Formats: sequence, C-alpha cells, structure tokens
Amino acid sequence: MKIIYALMLALLACGGAMAKEAPQLAEDPVVEQRLIVISEEMRCLVCQNESLAGSRSDLANDLRRELRTLIKQGKTDAEIREFMVSRYGDFVLYRPPVKPSTWLLWAGPFGLMILGVVALFVYLRRRSTDVGTDVLTDDERKRAEAMLQEGEK
Amino acid sequence: MKAKFLIPLALFGVLVVFLAAGLRLDPHEVPSPLVNKPAPAFKVPQLEQPGLQFAAEDLKGKVWLFNVWASWCVACRQEHPVLMQFARQQMIPIIGLDYKDQRKDAMGVLQRSGNPYDVIAFDGDGRVGIDYGVYGVPESYLIDKAGVIRYKHIGPITTEALEKTIIPLINELKKS
Repeated sequence: MKIIYALMLALLACGGAMAKEAPQLAEDPVVEQRLIVISEEMRCLVCQNESLAGSRSDLANDLRRELRTLIKQGKTDAEIREFMVSRYGDFVLYRPPVKPSTWLLWAGPFGLMILGVVALFVYLRRRSTDVGTDVLTDDERKRAEAMLQEGEK
Repeated sequence: MKAKFLIPLALFGVLVVFLAAGLRLDPHEVPSPLVNKPAPAFKVPQLEQPGLQFAAEDLKGKVWLFNVWASWCVACRQEHPVLMQFARQQMIPIIGLDYKDQRKDAMGVLQRSGNPYDVIAFDGDGRVGIDYGVYGVPESYLIDKAGVIRYKHIGPITTEALEKTIIPLINELKKS
C-alpha cells in the first residue's frame, strides 16, 4: 500500500513539474482590477470568441503582461486602448468606435427595428379597415340567426 | 399582387449573397492597421550570433521581407520550402524573427531543413511580435526603402501569393 502511495506521490510531483508555469499572480489588486475591466472589453486574437481577460492563449498572457506594465506606468484607459488598436486594429475592441465604416454596424439593428415597426403598423391598419367594411346585410343577418337557432336545437 | 409571392424568394436571394460573401472571408485574417505605417523600431540579439544585434533601421534604403516564424509553428514548416526557393532568387533580403522560441530548437530546425534567412532576429519573449501586431505565426511583412510596411501576409506564404502579389509589389517598390 505504501508503495502505491509513494508512486502516486511521485506521479503527482511529475505532473506538477511538467505543468506550465502558473500565470503571474497579482501583486497589486488595484492594477489587476483595472486590467480585468480593460481586458474584458477586448477580443483575444487567437480565440476570437473569448475576451482578452478570459483567454488562456499564450498571446493573451503576453498581452495581459504588457497591459499590466502600461497600467503600472500610469497610462490612461484611452492610451491603453490606443496601444492595442495601433497594433491589432479596431477588431480588438468589442465596442468599435462610431465612424463612417461602422455606421451600418451601429445603426443597422435600429434601422431594421424601425422597418419592422413600420411594417407592423401598416399591416395592422390595413387589417382594421378590412374588418370595418365587412358589415352584414339584413338578409345575411336573418340567415345567420336562423342557422344559430337551428344549432341550438 | 403576384409580386407579393416573390418577396420570400428575394429575401432568400439576399441571404444567399450574404452567406456566399461571408464564406469567402477568413475570420482569422484581421487586416493590420500597420500597413502603410512605419515599421516599429526594435533592436534585439541575433539568433545565430547572440553577441550581434539586429535593428530594423539596419535595412533602411532596402526593400526587405520580414518573416515571423518559430520552431514550434507547424504552418511555418509548410511555408519553409517556399521561402527557401524565394531566397535562391536573391531578390531582397529576407529577415527572420524567431518568435517566442528556444534558440536550441530554432537552430535545430535550420540545420535540418535549411536557412532561407539573411539574418534572424531573436524575440524570445515576444515583445517585438506584439509591436508588429503578430497574433499567429507565420506572418510576413514587406517593408519598403523608407522603412514603411507596405504589405502584410498572414499565414504561410504560398507560391501563388509570392508570384501574384509579393513579387510584383517588390518590383514596384524597388523602382520607387
């Protein structure tokens, strides 16, 4: 039994030694807090559906290291964003700036919504006028009443 | 009234056009904002002679190809023969950037499969790579005489890309 334990311990030790070195831990919680806020708003370029804050890719680790350095140097959020955009383009930002090439992106959904609302109103108005004009003539009303009475029997 | 039945068909057509255009785009090819901007300056030790430095300014006045690679990069192996062949033409200096690599591993690759580079800069911690907006190796930059990046190729350079895009651009840049 002891031998098995010893073997297991040895295996665990090997595993620990082989695992990648742990990412640098925060020595300053204030820096780390700002890092998270900034990097949550940025896209990791390797795994494009992950934020820079959440990604475990090598590049994301390196970029977080760079951002940490910038934060420690006292750079503003805008300066840090500029650092990233000048290297990777607007693509890294989850909220791209509003400019002519992104107008469609920003206004598109609202445009579609307005279109939908207009279409709905047109449809509803048309339907209500259709319903309004269909009034029964006296003859039809008598027939309908006769049918209803028959049904009750 | 007949036109009404064509609306779904028209919408479907629009959808197909968007889908076809979308399938042609590679989401991993993010256009670089560095194109037509001065190549970021750097000065790092060389791979083969760690005592010597390489700086981007060293090549001012020349058109050169800056190729980011690493021994651990699988796609770089696919690109390697194309670079070897291009190097034989001796058109322009090819400078390598060994990105986030171990010297020993990188030297091993070059010894085994040949060295297409005139000089290789060593970027062990990936700092130079970050300044160049590298997010996936291999990536290549064509830099003109004034030190401005004129073209970025993402992913392995293919013979087709070399012949259709890169070489014509080199010829153009050499004239200016």
